[in-house]
Amino acid sequence: MTLNYIQTNKDAIFNEWVQRLKEQSDETVSNVILDQNFTIYSNELIELAILKISGSVDVYETRLEDFSDRVVRLGWPLRFVVNALDVLSDVIYECMVSDDYISRENQAEVMHDLNHWIKAMISEIINDYTTSWERTVSNQKIALQELSAPLIPIFEGITVMPLVGTIDTDRARQIMENLLQGAVKHRSEVVLIDITGVPVVDTMVAHHIIQAADAVHLIGAKCMLVGIRAEIAQTIVSLGIDLNRVITKNTLKAGVEAALEMTKRKIVPLEGQN
Amino acid sequence: MDNQSCVKIINEWDIVSARQLGRNVAKELGFGTVDQARITTAISELARNIFLYAGQGQICIEKMYESGKVGLRIISIDKGPGISDIRQVMEDGYSTSGGLGAGLPGVKRLMDEFMIDSNPGEGTDIQATKWLR
Ligand SMILES: Nc1ncnc2c1ncn2[C@@H]1O[C@H](COP(=O)(O)OP(=O)(O)OP(=O)(O)O)[C@@H](O)[C@H]1O
Ligand SMILES: [Mg+2]
Repeated sequence: MTLNYIQTNKDAIFNEWVQRLKEQSDETVSNVILDQNFTIYSNELIELAILKISGSVDVYETRLEDFSDRVVRLGWPLRFVVNALDVLSDVIYECMVSDDYISRENQAEVMHDLNHWIKAMISEIINDYTTSWERTVSNQKIALQELSAPLIPIFEGITVMPLVGTIDTDRARQIMENLLQGAVKHRSEVVLIDITGVPVVDTMVAHHIIQAADAVHLIGAKCMLVGIRAEIAQTIVSLGIDLNRVITKNTLKAGVEAALEMTKRKIVPLEGQN
Repeated sequence: MDNQSCVKIINEWDIVSARQLGRNVAKELGFGTVDQARITTAISELARNIFLYAGQGQICIEKMYESGKVGLRIISIDKGPGISDIRQVMEDGYSTSGGLGAGLPGVKRLMDEFMIDSNPGEGTDIQATKWLR
């Protein structure tokens, strides 16, 4: 009966619902409503509710999953979706009341049904939403890991590892692994580590750099530390860290030139051109 | 207290938050890039020591105004195992974790004032201050 009512009065319920959401002067809510996808998605949400109530479990589940996934990607706050469903259940009930659909006999039953459906839907959405988020976070972790310690061969025998951002224990381990594997794979004679983009060089980072340099030596290559900003050079000195075992250069450019020289090459301008 | 803000150190990423807080306050007080680097590095050392040796604790950054001078104080507090021989840990190269052993003596050199108070079994309290010149 409730299902019947919702199906026939879908448009009226929808309009009243959207009106109600707009009246909430919450900023996150109004941002969502301004979203161009709002009408499409809220329509979909009502249809999902109808599917849920009509009991077509299979269709409902796949569509809900798909819906949650897209909503997460759009960046709609979970708070908004949960609240919107709450409001939807209120609106349906109130519409039924004003259309004289509710009688003393069926009142309890209608309320119970509505509550039951909406609650179940909210918990399913939260569930899908979290799964979606977890997937996103783990994908980003992988993406970050791929970015964390890239090794780039720039000349025969010369490889550069540009580091950008904070170095934690995990990343330090990754740097070491990539450095050694890459140096062997590219047959590097000189490996340059560029720390221009590393905000803080403390004893932990310095220690890892020294260990990496020692390891690179062991496989028969040389390790050069480049991109040491003036303030970083000063703090390294104050910390009393001995970087004697590592060749250092101010800039990547100076480092590349030195590396070419160490491998008995240099860059010369072409003759006959100026 | 308006002049003091704190960061709890529980996991490794809290070290980054503590550094960020210190850098922001240092900038606000007018420290130049070299001093900013000194201050953030000192915070990094103290916060990492908390994480490594005490498990958890907190780093507070206090703005100092004393007889016309402006400064920044790093306060590192934990209820960890404490340090029995303070003279020893202040020596360059002393480390119980296979580190460089440069952290604490380094902080002392990076900052203008340094004070350490620790009792075995009770925890460690370190304060280090940098004055604006
Ligand atoms: N908050 C603390 N609680 C207990 N022990 C500490 C604490 N901070 C430092 N220590 C002890 O003091 C020693 C020296 O600390 P310091 O920071 O100078 O060197 P490290 O941490 O061993 O190495 P590095 O800082 O150079 O990576 C540590 O090895 C540890 O035993
Ligand atoms: Mg240390």
